Amino acid sequence: MANRPELLAPPEIFYDETEARKYTSSSRIVDIQAKLSERALELLALPEDGVPRFLLDIGCGSGLSGETISENGHHWLGLDISASMLNVAVEREVEGDLLLGDMGQGLGLRPGVIDGAISISAVQWLCNADKSSHEPRLRLKAFFGSLYRCLSRGARAVFQVYPENIKQRELILRQALQAGFGGGLVVDYPHSTKKRKEFLVLTCGSVQTSIQTGKNEHDEGCSEDDSSEDEESGMVSMSDRNRPKKRQKPNKEGKSREWMLRKKEQSRRKGNDVPADSKYTGRKRKSRF
Amino acid sequence: MRLIVHNMLSCNIRGVANKFPLRIEPKKIIVKEVDFNPDFLKHMIAKIDWKALVDGARSMGYTELPDHAPDTTTLESDESFLRKFHHSLLELHLEEGSLVCSETGRKFPVNKGIPNMLLHEDEV
Repeated sequence: MANRPELLAPPEIFYDETEARKYTSSSRIVDIQAKLSERALELLALPEDGVPRFLLDIGCGSGLSGETISENGHHWLGLDISASMLNVAVEREVEGDLLLGDMGQGLGLRPGVIDGAISISAVQWLCNADKSSHEPRLRLKAFFGSLYRCLSRGARAVFQVYPENIKQRELILRQALQAGFGGGLVVDYPHSTKKRKEFLVLTCGSVQTSIQTGKNEHDEGCSEDDSSEDEESGMVSMSDRNRPKKRQKPNKEGKSREWMLRKKEQSRRKGNDVPADSKYTGRKRKSRF
Repeated sequence: MRLIVHNMLSCNIRGVANKFPLRIEPKKIIVKEVDFNPDFLKHMIAKIDWKALVDGARSMGYTELPDHAPDTTTLESDESFLRKFHHSLLELHLEEGSLVCSETGRKFPVNKGIPNMLLHEDEV
């Protein structure tokens, strides 16, 4: 697979005029973006009352995802850092409004005005420090904080992300939870490397719990309610609790002297050539071993 | 940029207290027709800052809006009001011009209908 764009250049430089056109004219990309946008809209769980909503498309680029929003009957505002990508969007006469801006600087939108937010393949760009003055953590904080404020009560934000690694995914999630969001990760086709897609579904709780479980000062995340996702997707619901480390150190207790003697005896019974037991068997060695 | 977006945009510069609304200095305005949907308008009216909308519309040359938003009962019956609301909110486009922060005077240029809200390093 080709190099990740995030490793090559900052987004406003990577998505220059040529790249912007290439991106938008690739039928494969157009198709993927459309599918991802449809899925994200689904996960937004907007009320099905036929009333158009006002949505935010973060990292809207050339308007591919925005078109899906328009097709579903909603109005939208798109934000992107690449002027070239936005110019392509203008050429394609997208129905949404466009803003040239940096999500890491905060969204600058009034509280409670947005009914829902989606972002397709964009948020991972925040994890890179493209300028020496950038500190990814601060940028993520500014982004999630301003996003939380501008969403109306009960609104959701759905991000389709391509995290580079587990650390990146955890960084994004942690910043989101710290901003006050609850929510979880929805993974479609978790067992297929090619088809696997991750969606971060964030909710703005309407009730803030003040009683904490003790480990940290953040609100408990509300767990994801609709388990009616398609059969291929797995749901991982997370809240801001201390989770045990994924890699546990191998338990040395299992390799005690008694265990060793037992194993040696077993081996002897099988007929193997086993050294005799002595006072040195299973003796604690110096740390350098 | 349409007034629906102008009504949501605030100045994002660090330390600014009076961030909303931004003043509009238009150079080129166009009108693009949009389908009239009363449900959407009724949904949005609660979120709109009415004074900012009226002032914004005036600076774009549209003076038909009343100074105060009507109550919900009038909203249901008064279609002419909804039409004016629809026109000012969704059909007036600022193509070229700038948005000005009232406190710092900083201008955010608008080109091809796209406001440039990128902050300089020292404004973050």
